[in-house]
Amino acid sequence: IDVLTFVSYLGLLGFRYSRAATVASPCGGHHYVTAPSVKPPQPQADDVTEKILNQPLEKPDFFRVAELFSLKDLFDARVHLGHKKGCRHRLMEPYLYGCRLDHDIIDLDQTMEHLQLALNFTAHIAYRGGIILFVSRRRQFGHLVETTAKDCGEYAHTRYWQGGLLTNANIQYGPGVRLPDLIIFLSTLNNVFQQHVGIRDAAKMNIPTVGVVDSNCNPSLVTYPVPGNDDTPAAVELYCRLFKMTINRAKDRRKQMELLHGLSAPTSQTSRYALK
Amino acid sequence: NLAAAGPEKFTLEYIQKQVEEYEIGKRHLANMMGEDSENFTQEDIDLFDFIYLFFLLKQICFYFQHPDEIFPKQRAVQWGADGRPFHFLFYTGKQSYYSLMHDLYGKILKIEKHQDRLRAKGLFSQDAQLISLGPSRWLTKEELELLLVETISTHDYDRFIKLMERMLAMPYSSTEEEFVQRYRRQLEAQSMKQMMPPLEKDENGVAFSTAEGRRKTSDSSVILRDCGSGHITINGQDYLQYFPVLQDREQLMFPLQFMGVLGRFNLECTVSGGGRSSQAGALRLAISRALLSFLSEGDGEAMRQAGLLTPDPRVRERKKPGQEGARRKFTWKKR
Repeated sequence: IDVLTFVSYLGLLGFRYSRAATVASPCGGHHYVTAPSVKPPQPQADDVTEKILNQPLEKPDFFRVAELFSLKDLFDARVHLGHKKGCRHRLMEPYLYGCRLDHDIIDLDQTMEHLQLALNFTAHIAYRGGIILFVSRRRQFGHLVETTAKDCGEYAHTRYWQGGLLTNANIQYGPGVRLPDLIIFLSTLNNVFQQHVGIRDAAKMNIPTVGVVDSNCNPSLVTYPVPGNDDTPAAVELYCRLFKMTINRAKDRRKQMELLHGLSAPTSQTSRYALK
Repeated sequence: NLAAAGPEKFTLEYIQKQVEEYEIGKRHLANMMGEDSENFTQEDIDLFDFIYLFFLLKQICFYFQHPDEIFPKQRAVQWGADGRPFHFLFYTGKQSYYSLMHDLYGKILKIEKHQDRLRAKGLFSQDAQLISLGPSRWLTKEELELLLVETISTHDYDRFIKLMERMLAMPYSSTEEEFVQRYRRQLEAQSMKQMMPPLEKDENGVAFSTAEGRRKTSDSSVILRDCGSGHITINGQDYLQYFPVLQDREQLMFPLQFMGVLGRFNLECTVSGGGRSSQAGALRLAISRALLSFLSEGDGEAMRQAGLLTPDPRVRERKKPGQEGARRKFTWKKR
């Protein structure tokens, strides 16, 4: 799945929201609800933002996420350890390297590729100022996931998932709420060993997902599955660290690009137009 | 009562308009009363009589309190102009409650790390300072809801209390005392000590004490003098004259006889209201209270246990309509 289609889709999503944002019109602050699509007052700023947004799409690994981890790191963090043969999910069989003494071993070469794709995608989303939601229903790692999200400046949900959070958002949160642009599942199962409701809801709401799928999980609805262990603390800490680094890297890169192209001190207004 | 009107959403503009009207009303009031309109504070408003003012003020509605205290606190919009929510736990739905739990758990982890560090140095001791909380109670569910400005279920509240208790049970939790105290309320200190009337001395050097007592509709006041004669006067009359019935005189004597100080004190009593028995009961309570200042702690405790210091709460129950008396019903007729 190439990044371009998703990014252009995001562009559409962003366009929907820009109408709600207050517009600094030259006549001094009045904005009309019935006005059609808003033309930005500064065409130069628009060109610059277009350039900033399109530049990362030229290279395959613009943010160099492949440098963040190596196969040895994955092995040391015990990412290759799956569950027992009896717990194996049928759709996970392509991702498994083999089975030793009834324990499934996940193929780390495939994990490397998938993780690279997932991190690259996350970086692009973070670069364009998207909302990222970290989800995990494991009580062991709830605090860690929440701290990771806080450090990145993104959002987390490690608690009981109420049914209408994504699908009934306008009533649950209030009208005009913005939904996450990416959901990262650090464990796709909930406490009863069933697939997390968020995966299905995200698919319904056209929200891309990145998910760490273990050998007992169903990878079919996840947009960027990352086959790997989700039970060991070392593995989960590795994932949290990697996601945090990619997001921070992407955001810093964005700030750099804006300063480089001479945009006046990036106010909250200009960075919001980025999604258009 | 607007605060109890349920989860109505008052818009920000409406509340701002109310605040402006409140300010204007305050100025009108100050001008009318001839006070200084600039420095007219809430306390000055509270001093006024409500009905009198209602007709004077030109506005139809004037809140005698600042609208912020009347309208329930509501949430402002949770996200900025770009749509990004302000709080990192916004998408959970209960952001303040979950962020509180997150912070609490973070503090528990910090304490555990501290313990590990001390263990590594060999300085860990099991019975090190637990938090001293004093006479206090946990915040009730309603108070917590007010604090967090969002509704929580009983289950959530119980989990919060359990986690707090778990943190308090750990050694070295005294580092987080300030955080814990924010979620405790002080209990009014219930003193076990009796309220003793003070012991005074009159011109002749005689020690005396005064006490009051009530029973049903009688009020009594007693002055106990440490003379040594055992003389009793009620409303100017001798007690034999005032209480011809033995039972009433026994009630008077009982506190003194219980303590074994029958002949020691002089009693000068005044009593009004009620009937003969209730006046005797009121006097008995007053005498027991006055006696406290002459006796030791142990004797006082003995009196309390005997029931001499407890005011009798029984009063006449009202008659109800459809019944003959307070409890007696009309005769039931089968047909």
